[in-house]
Amino acid sequence: MRDVAIIGVGCTNFGELWDKSFRDIFVEAGVMAIEDAGVQGEEIDALYLGNMSAGRFIEQEHLSSLAADYAGLASINIPSTRVEAACASGGLALRQAVLAVASGYHDIVIAGGAEKMTDVDTDATTDVLAAAADREWEGVMGATFPSIYAMIARLHMHKYGTTSEQLAAVAVKNHYNASMNPHAQYQSPVSIENVLNSSLIADPLHLLDCSPITDGAAAVIVAPAEIAKQYTDTPVHIIASTQTSSTIALHDRKDITTLDSTVAAANKAFNTAKLTPGDIDIAEVHDCFTIAEILAIEDIGFFKKGEGGKATEDGLTAIGAEIPVNTSGGLKACGHPVGATGIKQAVEITEQLRGEAGRRQVDGAEIGLIHNVGGSGGTAVIHILST
Amino acid sequence: MAVSRFWRKLKHRYNLIGTHCTTCNTYYYPPRKMCPQCRRDGRIEEHWFKGEGVIVTYTVIHAAPENKAVQTPYVLGIVQLDEGPRLTSQIICKPDDAHIGMRVQSVFRKLGEDSEHGMIYYGTKFIQD
Repeated sequence: MRDVAIIGVGCTNFGELWDKSFRDIFVEAGVMAIEDAGVQGEEIDALYLGNMSAGRFIEQEHLSSLAADYAGLASINIPSTRVEAACASGGLALRQAVLAVASGYHDIVIAGGAEKMTDVDTDATTDVLAAAADREWEGVMGATFPSIYAMIARLHMHKYGTTSEQLAAVAVKNHYNASMNPHAQYQSPVSIENVLNSSLIADPLHLLDCSPITDGAAAVIVAPAEIAKQYTDTPVHIIASTQTSSTIALHDRKDITTLDSTVAAANKAFNTAKLTPGDIDIAEVHDCFTIAEILAIEDIGFFKKGEGGKATEDGLTAIGAEIPVNTSGGLKACGHPVGATGIKQAVEITEQLRGEAGRRQVDGAEIGLIHNVGGSGGTAVIHILST
Repeated sequence: MAVSRFWRKLKHRYNLIGTHCTTCNTYYYPPRKMCPQCRRDGRIEEHWFKGEGVIVTYTVIHAAPENKAVQTPYVLGIVQLDEGPRLTSQIICKPDDAHIGMRVQSVFRKLGEDSEHGMIYYGTKFIQD
């Protein structure tokens, strides 16, 4: 297996992009990544695109062809593949690109993620997102996607004493970080009171505990590490790439307050990279809801089970603290265009490790972790990146 | 949901009929035709659950797509049946009355309807025991 590096990244602005179509945004992100890497289109051997539900959001399937076509790569007939694992679709696309290069089958591969969510109304979006859970035995029974995480939050509070204020502290931190990210959907800070006073979506989760509905796309170019320096002075090495599965329905988990897919993916990733959680300088984790970030920082191993809420409240995950988490603003405040999220996380960590993250730069960051979850934990993907 | 898709699970939805693996003595609801522990060595038979259990966790849903049969706020919970398996279902009670550890009993109720002239979905919910 060959070592793999990221040689270029690109990301659109995240938000309600009324004037842009699905094909507009993935081309925009792809071109940015290609220009950043300094590769020519003819050098690209393959394309992977992460997307959850274009079939329902814009009534378009066969995205593999659409992406190659509008990226100008169909003229050279490259293999193009769409991958899907709900909210982890982007992470999967990156992993497929890594596997393709590591195996020696391809050299220069583009991994993108895109979702266009605002072409349907909120009720329709809510129903599409519920498809990340078990339609027949959760959705039909009245479950919405926020309600699944709300049930995790309720039990986490019951077992560990986690408070609504601690959940809100995740939103406050991530909105603050997003205020320094020009791509972010929400660039204004919020207070604990703002979160607690926002309307209840699924008790105990308020509106500001939830990630928003977002349009956006992101792309990265990966290449064999041995030739990466031909393209960039600052390649970012992918030193672990793991993917795990678990039950699709929350009710079938052994422990409802643990994402065992995350635990397994993290253990495998740390074993592969020969690192421990303490070696990580910075992390982008899957905070589709505030409780999800608390679960992530516990299940990856940054904090003991049950202590994630207090750690966040104590500021241990802020920029400049013990382990800065979600410097981009996370899904919560940077936005969550579902299929793009996993790739955007890779863009953020790459910029941080290159020292190009501007006002939100984590000084001396050399090793970063990205964590992307599908549904309530039915899929988890972890990558560890290093300078 | 398509008529055939709902119809083929009717007996499981109306009567809490799940499955039981006689190889490892594990009960499944929702039903599974293959035991995930024993896989091909499993022997699956149908099992009619008593419908009694306890709330493991719950939420009060305030925002949901429009559904004429169910108005927000409503309580959704994970119920652990006395035979072992856990399922997701609505709990019919005042939102303030729901609590972790509450004993509940299954009842037959309307889950939703497609439209004024469309299909009506019935299934199982739970009330305080």
